[in-house]
Amino acid sequence: MKSVLGDRRAIAILLGPALLVYTLVMLVPVVWSFGYTFVKGNPLEGFRFSGIDNFARLFVDPDIRDALFFTIKYAVVMTAGQVIIGYGLALLYIFVLRRSSVLIRTLVFFPVVVPTVAIALLFQKLFQSAPRDGVVNELLVNVGLGSVDWLGQADTAFLVIVVMDIWRSVGFYAVLLFAGLIDIPEDIIESARIDGARHWSLFRHIIVPLSLPILFSSIIFSINGTIKVFDSVLALTGGQPGNSTTPLTLYMYRTAFAFSDYGYGSTIALLLTIMCLLVTIVIFRSARRDITN
Amino acid sequence: MTALLTDSTVAQPTVVAPPPLRRSRGPLHYVKRAPVALVVVLLLVIEIYPLFWMFMNSLKSSQEFISSPSWWLPAEWHWENYAVAWEAGNLATTVRNSMLATVPSLLLIVLLGVAAGFALEVMVWKGRNAVLLTVLAGIMVPGQMILLPLFTIYYNIHLTGTLWPLIITYVGHGLPLTIFMMATYFRAIPREIFEASTIDGASIIRSFFSIGFPMVRNAVVTVALVQFFLIWNDLLFAITFANRKELNTVQAGLLSFSGEYGQLDYGPLFAAICITMGGILALYLFLNQRIMQGLAAGAVKG
Repeated sequence: MKSVLGDRRAIAILLGPALLVYTLVMLVPVVWSFGYTFVKGNPLEGFRFSGIDNFARLFVDPDIRDALFFTIKYAVVMTAGQVIIGYGLALLYIFVLRRSSVLIRTLVFFPVVVPTVAIALLFQKLFQSAPRDGVVNELLVNVGLGSVDWLGQADTAFLVIVVMDIWRSVGFYAVLLFAGLIDIPEDIIESARIDGARHWSLFRHIIVPLSLPILFSSIIFSINGTIKVFDSVLALTGGQPGNSTTPLTLYMYRTAFAFSDYGYGSTIALLLTIMCLLVTIVIFRSARRDITN
Repeated sequence: MTALLTDSTVAQPTVVAPPPLRRSRGPLHYVKRAPVALVVVLLLVIEIYPLFWMFMNSLKSSQEFISSPSWWLPAEWHWENYAVAWEAGNLATTVRNSMLATVPSLLLIVLLGVAAGFALEVMVWKGRNAVLLTVLAGIMVPGQMILLPLFTIYYNIHLTGTLWPLIITYVGHGLPLTIFMMATYFRAIPREIFEASTIDGASIIRSFFSIGFPMVRNAVVTVALVQFFLIWNDLLFAITFANRKELNTVQAGLLSFSGEYGQLDYGPLFAAICITMGGILALYLFLNQRIMQGLAAGAVKG
């Protein structure tokens, strides 16, 4: 019967088109983009070979240092926020609200599917300070604090980006972790209760260890997503004030299209890709070690 | 499903005892529940108030934004803001463009992805693991890495000025995750089913379409939902490959609308955001459970 499932013609027909598209749209451009890292210029004005200049520039460019720092700071803060708050919500759903959590779950999840641009424009207005205060500043003024120029300063702009992206995505992580928690067998929790485990000890010794795999998945997924942050920053702050909220993705985009430098743009893209690969490998490694211990 | 079943079977024996116990707790019980209620109310306010605030502001006249605080309700409901947003925001065009880009992309992704998942998981051949790994690596590649070469290619084969660059890119970029998810679903189906069907004289291609595809129908819906949101909400490819006004998708159009219009008159801008969210909300009202399960499944597998 092997011959039927090994039918080469059938495999070619089923796999061929997908593989062709994948090769043309992903594999070839990745290699091509790698080739761009050794040149300077753009398709309209032509390219000239520049050796490893682009890579050397990575080490001396102050803008790349800022962009890298912003990306890492954002990824770390966001991953911690998404996973911790998401985990808190998941615990709330499953141990406190129980069956009645469906409505809250559905509601908190809604912003996940809403286009980022729409949410970013909404938050721009919520945190607006000029020409008129948005609702956040109105609240601050009413309780006696002054209004803040949220998007005009680097620190507060970063805060608004984080608040918005947590608001936008935490429902997703809550559902993800909820799905993991619900798989913990009820009898394990029940027998731990009978053995005297209460609240904190039950949480610390039973629930956390049993939800470690799903926590690791969430962290990987979160870092991989937040390292590529683009839409929310572009639509909310546009990288401003100055370059203070410009992540690598946006800096790459500007380099390629505003400054027409495909070579350096591709070098930044390569840096980003390597970061994604490294993060995934490192986390997979440490996750495996934890489980074998 | 299994979780729910074990849950209820375990809980059942104890159900008999608790009711009197709970009643005897009386007022203390409600005091204990108060923090929970507070958390839930806070959560509701954080989730709903911004949306409510946006909707109220979409009905205000430009005068009202100057004369009264933004949290006030509108004095009169200016529904014409929606007409202005629809016209000035070019929404008829951008919605059409988004649909013209999304629907063909989804059909192609599903067709190619399910077939490839079948070939990589059910069919037996040398080197399929290597191919599967190569495809999976694509899940991690950020859009920026393929952006510039694709832009050059589309420019050189004169596709710029159409929506084809978007469709082609979405299909290629969406395939890795789709193939991976489909391969996982096919893994759960015993190979003997397909072998048995070919004994009856059907070719393997035919048994893929008549047996394989229908068996993973639910998975196909999940995959399609995941890809729909990824494509519909995409901004990077949309502003790169379709940056002319007549090619703008909903997201790109909304961004440029806020740039040129949002500084003057907030009502129509809020209305445009409301329209954009409204369409998604309608879909979400019908399919929310499926969407939540689907997106979570896509993440765990990715």
